[in-house]
Amino acid sequence: MNAPRIAFALLSLAALLSVPLWGSSSLMRTLVEFISLLALAQLWNLLAGYTGLVSVGQQAWIGLGGYALIVFADDLGINLFLAVFLAGLFTAAVSLPTAALVFRLRAGYFAIGTWVVAEVFRLLVAGSTDWLKGGLGRTLAAAGALERGLREDLTYWLAVALGAGSIALVYGLMRSRIGLGLTAIRDSETAAASLGVNVNGIKWLVYVLCAFGTGVIGALIYLNVLRITPDAAFSVQWTAFMIFIVVIGGIGTVEGPIVGALVFFFIREYLAGFGGWSLILLGVIAVVMMLVAPQGIWGLIHERFGLEIFPVRRRLPASVPPVPAPEPAEAP
Amino acid sequence: MQWVNIIVQGILLGGLYALYGTGLSLIFGVMRLVNLAHGDFIVVAAYLALLAGQLLGVSPYLSLVVVVPLMFALGLLMQLGLLNRTLGRGLMPPLLITFGLSVMLQNILLLLFTADSRGLDAGAIETASFEVGGVAIGLAPLLTFIVAVCVLLALQWFFSNTMLGRAFRATSDDPDTAELMGIDSRRIYALAMGLSLAVVAVAGVLLGVRTNFAPTDGPARLIFAFETVIIGGLGSLWGTLLGGMLLGVAQTVGAQFNPAWFQLAGHIVTLLVLAFRPTGLFARTRDV
Repeated sequence: MNAPRIAFALLSLAALLSVPLWGSSSLMRTLVEFISLLALAQLWNLLAGYTGLVSVGQQAWIGLGGYALIVFADDLGINLFLAVFLAGLFTAAVSLPTAALVFRLRAGYFAIGTWVVAEVFRLLVAGSTDWLKGGLGRTLAAAGALERGLREDLTYWLAVALGAGSIALVYGLMRSRIGLGLTAIRDSETAAASLGVNVNGIKWLVYVLCAFGTGVIGALIYLNVLRITPDAAFSVQWTAFMIFIVVIGGIGTVEGPIVGALVFFFIREYLAGFGGWSLILLGVIAVVMMLVAPQGIWGLIHERFGLEIFPVRRRLPASVPPVPAPEPAEAP
Repeated sequence: MQWVNIIVQGILLGGLYALYGTGLSLIFGVMRLVNLAHGDFIVVAAYLALLAGQLLGVSPYLSLVVVVPLMFALGLLMQLGLLNRTLGRGLMPPLLITFGLSVMLQNILLLLFTADSRGLDAGAIETASFEVGGVAIGLAPLLTFIVAVCVLLALQWFFSNTMLGRAFRATSDDPDTAELMGIDSRRIYALAMGLSLAVVAVAGVLLGVRTNFAPTDGPARLIFAFETVIIGGLGSLWGTLLGGMLLGVAQTVGAQFNPAWFQLAGHIVTLLVLAFRPTGLFARTRDV
């Protein structure tokens, strides 16, 4: 990254970090929600946009992460903020046997398989009527031990750190050797394998990494709202949000989900009073984008202005001469 | 005797699931596309039958005359207008488009019909039943099963004995070579989607007679369709029927232990099949 880009990134981060000094607690709650969606979209983009693993079951990790937070903090008495990270480790551990099952499926059937797994977790949690209070859900009681203002500030700063962390994770990964392997897998699994890319290893790594990240964000979401029910936490709507954000913003770019999250959030807040209309509109936009501009809003901006904030494209160095055209065969 | 009864109920329910699964695997077979709005179309068909009943005053079974062609046309339009435009761009665009459609359909149904669950009134047949050796068999579930088997027989005949059916199979095997033989694969894809939604229409009406439905029931129906296909294995219509029956039995037996286990038992059986027989129990091909 060159100097102006670093300055831009640091300035935005500083502006975000200063919000608790001047902002209201409702502004902070909204921003935590926004950052959570942004981070979720980044992770889904890593999974689907870069690796080609289209999951519609990411709500499994949100729900498990949220419930793990409450169990760790309330039932085991672990520090709230430590519990957020432990929740991620928990979802990562659960994702290992899950991956063994869903990786037996390809493309579209993989998508539904991940959904079935999420449904299994929802039904198991809803069935635990004593411990997890079944369909009624639970409240994060441990949050009451902290003074409210302090808890809100800490939650907010944690959200900013996790949001920045999710962007840094995808950006760093995509600029590494693994990132190159990821893109190769998405474009052609067979070709990638034949060139020596460890296809299975990389798919497992990304799947578990995304389960970890999504679990941490799930815990963050419920640290922010304090109340969890299985139907809301394991709702496929979470994945719908991720998909709409990524498709509208631009699949397979780091900037896309940021743009998409802004558009998504504005539409949702603006049409909040109109019930299902906001989701219908978002669906229409996403489908139309898929048809006429599959590169998304950021892709269009990039094509028009050549702008890039987080460059992950690979170019041939200028010193490499272009491959010469084959010489025409001499007539005998 | 109680258990025999439960298993018979499960088997009859399996006929409905076989219809769900056939619709899903038909388009996967022809164009490797998974329609994530499949379950929502089942629910749409049930609402269309409801409307037909209200506007034309026809019984749910008679409403098929209107609902099946409508759903067929909807499938044609969706394939020609949306999905054919993404051909050659990989598997992701159609997956994401149908997912978007799923969310839209649910919310449109919510706006039009509210979140209340509805049912189709088929009259006396709904409660009629007869007894065979101490097992009570409901007339409506039996009729559902028979209709399902008839639809499967018709599809079997269509695929093996008609020119169009052969064109479907040729396109499924190798669209490029099929094109060389003068088959327009885009037209075949559109017809396949139409046929899939026509099967879905039958399933939706039978569902509506059997039980209540609500706008957000689609995803669960999609999952049942998927489970039927995974348990039965790809590439065989009769495998799909057996898969549906096994899923139905798993659900009714599970519900016997705890009503909440109706769905869970089906999911667990599916995951077990996936773990130990990933090609399905009755597959004829090894292509997953």
